[in-house]
This record gives sequence, C-alpha cells and structure tokens, in this order.
Amino acid sequence: MQIPLSWLKEFVEIDIPPELLAEKLTTAGLEVGAITYIGVPQTDAEVIRRQHSVNIRYPKSDHLVWDKQRLLWGAVHEVKPHPGADRLVLAMVDYGAAELEQCVTGAPNLFEYKGVGPLPAPLYTVIALEGAEVWDGHSDEPKRMILKEKPLRGIPNRSMVCSDKELGISDEHEGIMLFRSDLGHKPGTPAQDVLGDVVFHIELTPNLARCYSVLGVAREIAALLDKPLRTPDYSVIAEGAPIDGAVSVEIRSPKHNPRFTLMLLRGATLQPSPDWMQRKLKLCGQRPINNIVDVTNYVMFEMGQPLHAFDYDKLVARAGGGAPNLITRLANAGEILKTLDGKERPLVETDVVIADNRDQAISLAAVMGGFDTEIGDDTTNVLLEAANWDFISVRRTMHAQKLFSEAGTRFSRGVHPSQAALGVQRGIDLMRQVGGGTVAKGMVDAYPLPAPIITHTLTTDEIERIMGMRFTADEAAALLQRGGFTVDAQGDALRVTVPDTRLDIDRDPVIGAADLIEEIARISGYEGIPTTIIADEMPKQRPNPSLEREEAARDLLVSLGLRENISYRMTTPEREAQLVPAGMTPSFETSAESYVRIANPISAEKTVLRHTLLVNLLENAAGSARYAERIQVFEIGNVYLRRPGQPLPDEPRKLGLLLMGGRSAASWVGGDTSAVDFYDLKGVVEGLLAGLHVRGVGYGRAAHSSFHPGRSAEVKIDGQAVGVIGELHPAVAAAFDFEGITVLAAELDLEALLNAANPLHRIRPLPVTPSVYQDVALVVRDEVSAAEVERVIRMIGGKLLRSVALFDVYTGDPVPAAHRSLAYALAYGTDERTLTDKEVAALHAKIVKACERELGATLRA
Amino acid sequence: MQDALETRYAQAAAELDAIGDGDGLRAWEAATLGKKGWLTEALRAIGSIAPEGRAAYGKRVNEMKQALTAAYEARETLVREQALAHDLETNQIDVTLPGRPRPTGGIHPSTQTLRDFYDIWADMGFQVYRSRDVEDDDTNFTLLNIPPHHPARDMQDTFYTTDPNIILRTHTSPGQIRSMRDLGENGTQAIRVILPGMCYRYEQITTRSEIQFHQVEGIAVGRNIRMTDLKGTIAAFAQRMFGEGAQVRFRASYFPFTEPSMEVDVECFLCGGDGCRVCKYSGWLEIAGSGMIHPTVLRNGGYDPSVWSGFAFGMGPERITMLKHGIEDIRYFWGNDLRFLEQF
Repeated sequence: MQIPLSWLKEFVEIDIPPELLAEKLTTAGLEVGAITYIGVPQTDAEVIRRQHSVNIRYPKSDHLVWDKQRLLWGAVHEVKPHPGADRLVLAMVDYGAAELEQCVTGAPNLFEYKGVGPLPAPLYTVIALEGAEVWDGHSDEPKRMILKEKPLRGIPNRSMVCSDKELGISDEHEGIMLFRSDLGHKPGTPAQDVLGDVVFHIELTPNLARCYSVLGVAREIAALLDKPLRTPDYSVIAEGAPIDGAVSVEIRSPKHNPRFTLMLLRGATLQPSPDWMQRKLKLCGQRPINNIVDVTNYVMFEMGQPLHAFDYDKLVARAGGGAPNLITRLANAGEILKTLDGKERPLVETDVVIADNRDQAISLAAVMGGFDTEIGDDTTNVLLEAANWDFISVRRTMHAQKLFSEAGTRFSRGVHPSQAALGVQRGIDLMRQVGGGTVAKGMVDAYPLPAPIITHTLTTDEIERIMGMRFTADEAAALLQRGGFTVDAQGDALRVTVPDTRLDIDRDPVIGAADLIEEIARISGYEGIPTTIIADEMPKQRPNPSLEREEAARDLLVSLGLRENISYRMTTPEREAQLVPAGMTPSFETSAESYVRIANPISAEKTVLRHTLLVNLLENAAGSARYAERIQVFEIGNVYLRRPGQPLPDEPRKLGLLLMGGRSAASWVGGDTSAVDFYDLKGVVEGLLAGLHVRGVGYGRAAHSSFHPGRSAEVKIDGQAVGVIGELHPAVAAAFDFEGITVLAAELDLEALLNAANPLHRIRPLPVTPSVYQDVALVVRDEVSAAEVERVIRMIGGKLLRSVALFDVYTGDPVPAAHRSLAYALAYGTDERTLTDKEVAALHAKIVKACERELGATLRA
Repeated sequence: MQDALETRYAQAAAELDAIGDGDGLRAWEAATLGKKGWLTEALRAIGSIAPEGRAAYGKRVNEMKQALTAAYEARETLVREQALAHDLETNQIDVTLPGRPRPTGGIHPSTQTLRDFYDIWADMGFQVYRSRDVEDDDTNFTLLNIPPHHPARDMQDTFYTTDPNIILRTHTSPGQIRSMRDLGENGTQAIRVILPGMCYRYEQITTRSEIQFHQVEGIAVGRNIRMTDLKGTIAAFAQRMFGEGAQVRFRASYFPFTEPSMEVDVECFLCGGDGCRVCKYSGWLEIAGSGMIHPTVLRNGGYDPSVWSGFAFGMGPERITMLKHGIEDIRYFWGNDLRFLEQF
C-alpha cells in the first residue's frame, strides 16, 4: 500500500523526518518496506541520529532531488507554433521572471493549444532552467542529464517544460505534466514545494486491517506521536428530493451483509476529476478514470471504506421504470454475472451478490461491480453504495473467482460496519463537489446486524502478569486513549471501550485483555520494556535418547569419513520405481495408496513424500559425479508411509549410506584410488554399530530387488532385520546414470539401530598376562562362510581365546577349486594364570580338529 | 719386519684420516682391527717373534692398536657428525607440497546450526521436542488460532495432501499444541521446549525461497512467564549465538498464535550495525518472530490462560546459516553439492 506523506499531513501533524516516521511505523508493526522520494531530498541519517538520539540507519536513496533554483512551478500562457518545425511548439512560460520564457517542446499534449493565442486560463507545469538536473526522457535506461542551452531548429532554447519521467515521478513521457489549477502556488515557486512528496510503501499484517487507508495510518501515527487526529469532513450538502422511495434495500443474509447504505446524487456531470484528486490517486498508485469512479477510489484510499457507484438510471430501467430494490444474497449455483472487467463469471453458492428487482445479479458484493449497471459516459444520476460484508465470504469469493481488487483486499481483511455510513457521506459529497448535481436528502441504511460495542475490564495486575512491568492505571489509560480507546479508570481497573474503527480486539475477556496489552506495549514502545531472566520454576527435565543417539550416529558417520546430505522429501513414485529392475518384485512398499500424495504439487518432480532415502542419495551422487571422483555420503531423515485407516502417516527415521569412486582421494603422493567395494561399506556399518555399542549384530545374504544378489547383505540385530547394505543392482545403477559403475548403498532402520544402542556397555579390563599368538590357515569350501568358521573357532576356544582376527583370504594354487583359505591370528590368554605352550598347543589343535570335523576344513600346509 | 709394521701403521692412520663415509670406515676397520685385519694378525704373531724382541714388539703393537682404535672412534664420530650435518643441510623437502589427504566427513550446515540452537537453548532449560512433518489442518492451523478462511492463512502457502485435512506442516508451531498436550499434564505442568523440524510451503524455489526449510520454535509456559522474560531470554540467546554484546531490538508484528507479537532483530554482526549490503544498510538483521502465547493456544494446549502464560519464538536455521557464512542462494542447502558441503 502506498501512502503519501502530504496526504497523511491532512490528518495528523508530523514533526519528525519521514525516515524516522517510517522507523516508528515499522517498529509499531506497520512495516515500511520502502520510501519513494518525489523531488525532495532524503534526510541524512546522521542528522536524525544526532537530533533525535535514535539509532537509525537506512540506505542512501539515489533519486533525483529537484533543484530549488532551477526546477520551478510554471504557468504556460501561450503555445506558439515553431517557425521551422511542425512537430515542435514554443511554450511561453511564466516562472516568476519579468518576461515569459520561451521553451521549445515537442510535447503532444500542448498541440491542441498551438496558435490559439494567449490562453484564457494558464496551464501549470514544471519548468527546468539551464543547469537543472533531470532524467533523460528519451533514454530507455535511467540516465541523468544537465540541461544546457541548445537551439532547436534555429530557435534559442535554454529551458524545458518537464514530463513525469524527466522529474522521476513515473515513466510517463507521452507529454509534459499539465495541471489546470495552480495547486495553490505562484509561478516561480520551487517545484519541490508544490509537487515534492514522500511516499511510504507499507506492508500490513492481517491484524492491521484498520490501517488500509491514509486515515488509518494517520490514526496510528497520531497514537505513536501522541498528536491529535483530524478526520475528513463527512458532512453532506443535500438539497435534492429525498432518497426515500427512490431506492430500497433488502438484505437476505445479514451474516454475510451486516450493513448496506446508499446515497443518491442527481444531475452530475461525468468529467475528469480535478488535478488535486488525480495527483493523490496517482501517488497511491491508482490510475484516474473519471470524477465519479475516482471519488470511489479516493474515499477508499482516504478512509478505508470501499464504495461502489451504480448508474441509477440503469437500475431504474431494470426495475421497469420504478424504484430499484437492491437485494443482497448468496449467489445461486449456475448463476452468471458479467463483471466490470467484461468477464462472464459463473458464480458459486458462497459468493455474495447484489441483485435487482427481478433478482438478477448485478454486482459481485465487495469485490467487483457488474458490467450492466456501471457508470458510463452518459451517467448523470449516481447511486452510491457503501456496504459491509463478511470478510470470510469475501475471501472465498476472491479465491473462487481469482479476482483481487483494492476493495476486495480491504473487505477480506475486515472493515468496521460503522465506516459504511461515513464512507457513503464522504463519497456522495465529494462527487457533488467534483461533478456537480444535487444530493438527495437522506440515506438508505439497512443495518440488520449492528456491530457489538466491545468493552473490557483490564487491571494493572493483568498488565503486569503478561508484560512483566507495572503501569499505573493512569499511564495505561493514557496509552490506550492515544490509540483511540475510550477508557474509564477506576482504581487499578480500566474500563476500556473499543473504538468503532477496529475489529481486532476480541470479545473474549482473556483474549481481549491480551489484545489491549499489545496496544499498551506497542504504543509505549517495545524498546521500553525491560529484560528479565525467567523467574518461573524450571520445568521437569527429561531424557531424550532418540535425539542424542541420532546425533551420536551422525558424529560416528562423520568420523568414518562420510558427509551428511539433507534432501527434498518430495519425490515421485516413478523415481522410486527406478530402484526396482524391470520384471522384479519390489522389496519395499511401492503401492500407490501407501504414498502421501501432494494435492497441489509445485512441480511434476515433487508429487509424493518419499518412501526411501536411496533415490535422494543416488540423485545427489549423480550430480556430484560430474565433478567428484569419490563420493561418501549419508542422510538421516524421515520417510512417509500412509497407513490404512489412520489419517496421519507413519514417519519412521531411516539412515541411508552411499559410497562410490576411489577408496581414498587421488594425490601426488599416490593413495588408494581403486574403487570401493562391499567391504568398504560394511566397514562403515561396522564402525557405526560398534560406536553405538550395538550387540547381537549379524549379516546374512540379502534378497532385495535393488541390490546385487551376490554382493549385498541383510543386517540383523538379535535376528531382526534392520536393513540392507551392498552393491546396487547393476540395472538400478544404470537407471540412475551409473551404467557399469559400482555403487554401494545401504538403507537402515535408524529407530531400530538407535534402540539397540547400549549406552551402559561394560568395558573389558586390560589384560594382566601376555597373550600367546598362534596363526591358523584353514581351507574351506566356498559355501562355508567366514562367520561360520569364526563361530566354530570361538566356540571351541572359549574363555581362553582372547581374540580372533582374520588376516588373509586366499584362493588359487595350491588351494583347490571352489575352496578358499582363511587365515586367522588367534590370541590365547587368561588373566587367571599364564598359559603354558603345551596348553595353547592342545587348545589350538582342538580348534583345528573341530573345524575339520564341523566345516570340512583342512589345515593349509 | 718392525719397519714394515711401522710403515703399515703410518699408512693406516693416513688412510683413516681420508675416510669420509661409513662404508669406508667399516672396510678400514675390517682390514685393520677386524679379525683378519693386519693389526690383529700382527698381535697374533707375537708368539713368532724372537723372545728378546717380543716384549718391545708386543708393547709397540698394542700401542698401535690403542692409537688406531682411538683414531677410528674419533673418525667414526666425526664422520657421523658430518653425515648428520650433511643430512640436515641437504635432505630438505618442499613443505609447501600438499599433505596426504585423509578422508574427512562432515555434518550438513543446517545440522550444525541446529546443534548450536540445541546447545544454547538446553543451557537455558529448553529441551528438544520433535513432532511430525505431516499434520492435520486442525493442529497446524485451527488450534493455533488460525481458523479456516482466516486471512492469516494467506501468510503461509500450504501443501495439501490428497487426504482431506491432512497437510504438510507450514511451520513447527503445531509442535506447540502437541508438546503442551503431551508434557503439560492437562495444563498443570510448566514446560520449556524447543521444536525443531522441517517445514513446507508452496512457494516457487528461488535463491531466496524454498519449499522446505527448518524452523526451530521454542515455548516456555508457566505461572509466571512474562514479556520481559521473552526479551531477556531472546537477548541471552543472541549473545550466545552472535557474540557477546550483540544487541537485539523488538518490533511489533503479527502472528495469529501470539498476542502481543514481536519481530526480533539482531544488530548486524557483519558490519557491527554500521549498515552493509546484507542488512540492507539498516544495521539490523531479522532473526526471529516471537510473542506471548495467545490465550486461545494456551487453552487448546490444556492451560487456563488466566493463570498460565507463556512465550514463543521461532527462527530459521538456514537463514541464520546464510547470514553467518555469506550464502546467497538458499538452494545450496538441499542441492547437496559436495563442493558446498565440504566448506563446512
């Protein structure tokens, strides 16, 4: 919303620089996002800091400051033809000098005055004298220029009449600025003093609906600066035949339309609105149209009440020549209305419409008027509506019709019903002032659902309970009064009545008190509230192993050399289906109904919530593979599974791992850059599980559709599967652009891992006797797993076997085909005594025997 | 014979003086003092010397042995010292060559910032409470004082699911309701928690806006929780997060679930408040939304708002990470480009 400083000053005295005002508004919740300067200089922040003792900073503006000596208010008295050029004229301008200045210009909007002799009434504009800095009107890029004396087609020329663009007001460069009135200033006055202004661009939060107007913002300023507020003149000169009998109103649903007011202006003339009005509308960003329409916008910008003007005669015609009866009601499904913008709109049952005597919709309430009853060039009798509408239904209509208007914006946030009567009075009299005619006496005012008067009792104790600081009743009352509240202080209790401009103070006593306390805090200023440390009791502190172990897992993975990814949780079923090679049965949930599906996806790539982290990790890796030789990453995060019969999905936490590329980074000193394999990944998983002190871990061959059947494993904890690790199925790798490349991946159930973590794990005391080491190499058939061999060794070794370490796996000559040799270093020892060589030899032999017997192993020579 | 021995002795002593390396020394030693060295043999030959000259011979040969042994040791020491000096002087490496790379991992920058939050807030008694990503409309909106069709719903563009009234949470605020109901024991227990989590909004993905982002919200509910406490607590957080002396300011704002509501700015830690490009020359950076918990929300959490009060605040870890590290594109966070991640 654009709010001009000059307009604000009509309602409140402002004696601080605009930049400081913007800061105060922002601090009070009316965020000034930007300030536009029109011709006037920006205040130096240092000056404000010094003079007002505030810590304020803002960027330097690079706008054009109008030279007070060289950019002056001028009056064009005559437009003479240029003797040497048809497309140029000579504007004779009074700028306060003894003689008229002759400006050569090509401005098309002066041509109608060419050669007609001295004008009966001068036209006003801004004249730039030699040496003035202006924007170059002919440049497409913003470019400044200094005006220099330069004859044009033989005529001396040292000045210029200016366009909007040349002055930096807008991009308008079709013609020069032309005003029919002097705006109250003599020729020769610095243009800054006539047209200079500051426009605040204010962003309003939904609770500040009352501020959607110049008056609304002025009211806040009056409260913040503790100044009196002046209100617009709502009086009406009504001398025409009464409105009674000329029009009537029927409200069918007061809930949707609490109030509807009408006034009538007869015999008005449609014409452009006066300069002052056009100028103010433009400053607010509104294009002027004609005096009647401009007044509806003007009043809306001025005091926040949207208005709608009907052509009264068109309504009479629709009423068959009789008095129109306007009906407000909910729309019927299938009803069609042609709105002002010329669009035929099918209405829905939540839309509210205004209908004519035949119950045909003629206007979409609160949002946009109808095409058939709008103001036209021949309109003379204007019926002006100022109504009040339920903000929720307005919001629904705006969304349903995808129709957003200034009126709709205001109504959809809430306008107090009291404003309707004021708005219609202000509007009808302004129309009379700028369009002539006679206002009909009286007002049609249907007000079936009057707004309640809200009154609360607020105690100084309650203020202190919430704010933590004490105000006296008088102090609190004074602050609320500045905000427009009526306050009656009785002892420590304030009886507060909410003004009829605002809807944001709740009727509930506790909520209303909170609302009022916010007003006290806001008007007194948040900077004045002291800081304290919480004196309240410390709540019960609870253990949180779920988070602590998750973070421990992250740290372990990082120490194992992996880097954390965090990915989008939205994907598509198709992307996840790439994890299943064609023709295979998926090993994870892929059914359509198991997905949480986004009803309004932002893109075709983000339609459901993920079931797996693997797609994220693979897609991330595909991106990284363009520049990285080596990728070792993990992600911890939720996946989302819809559950039959339950509204909310399951959101289990998963751990995903991905390794590919070189084992270590390539370097000038060499390093193992051969590709990682299953055992690198397993090492990571073992490191993680060991770090979490998870016991009962086992690995078995996996049968998972996404993994290589021979090079993947199921991880088990106490026999329960907790996920799969291994080489990605080659067909899956290929689907993710890793054709022929080994990708190692894992997806584990993080909840299960963390639940199995053992923070109270017992340590082993350090050995007090030395160990006796013996190596053994056993040749076993390929199908005998290393885990099986180790199990037998440990079983026989019992307590005297301190450790078993596999140090070599060998196949090839002389080991027979389909066999391999597994070599272990065994450490024997017990803290009870020192073992003799004989004892160790006997136990070692027993282990070998058992392996021969149970596993068909043979001792390798 | 004696003469020959003397000549040999003089020769050996001269040879020794010329030796400059270990190999030479060892060869000399073997040839002279070793088992088969001429001097050892000369000693062994004592028995074959005529008895009258034997004593003098023996004495002389032993003198030679002592002298040569001493000279050898001196020479050995000298050679070793020379070799050491030579090594120190010549065997230098290029210390500017890069070191052998070690595989390093790292946590995501968002996680780093989240952990900073956890640590700081834990010191003030705020524990982590996590709640679900997929929420019902009631908990995400209505119970937080954002009824259907309320204008505040425009402030957050929502991802809806195809299940009626099930949405992706637009903020971590539903955790306020869930934690109050879960930990408040029907409105009888004070609570102090932070609510971290991923949030989702229907927005175009640009350098400045994302469809998913973390939030960390915090609430304190008690019988004596005041606005002054909110200011003091946030100020304490800012000192920890942004450095001692970090100034904060509070601006009026609006959130449906707090009343009064305040925006929190911290003095720009990049320019010290003098004004720079990042703070848009204002000297301040917006870091949090906050306020006193709305009575309706307290009620919906099970508390009587005329007895209980509370404050709430919410912050964006990605935004703070961006400010701290000069990250100008929020899309870096979920892009997982290793070249970005490796900088943390």
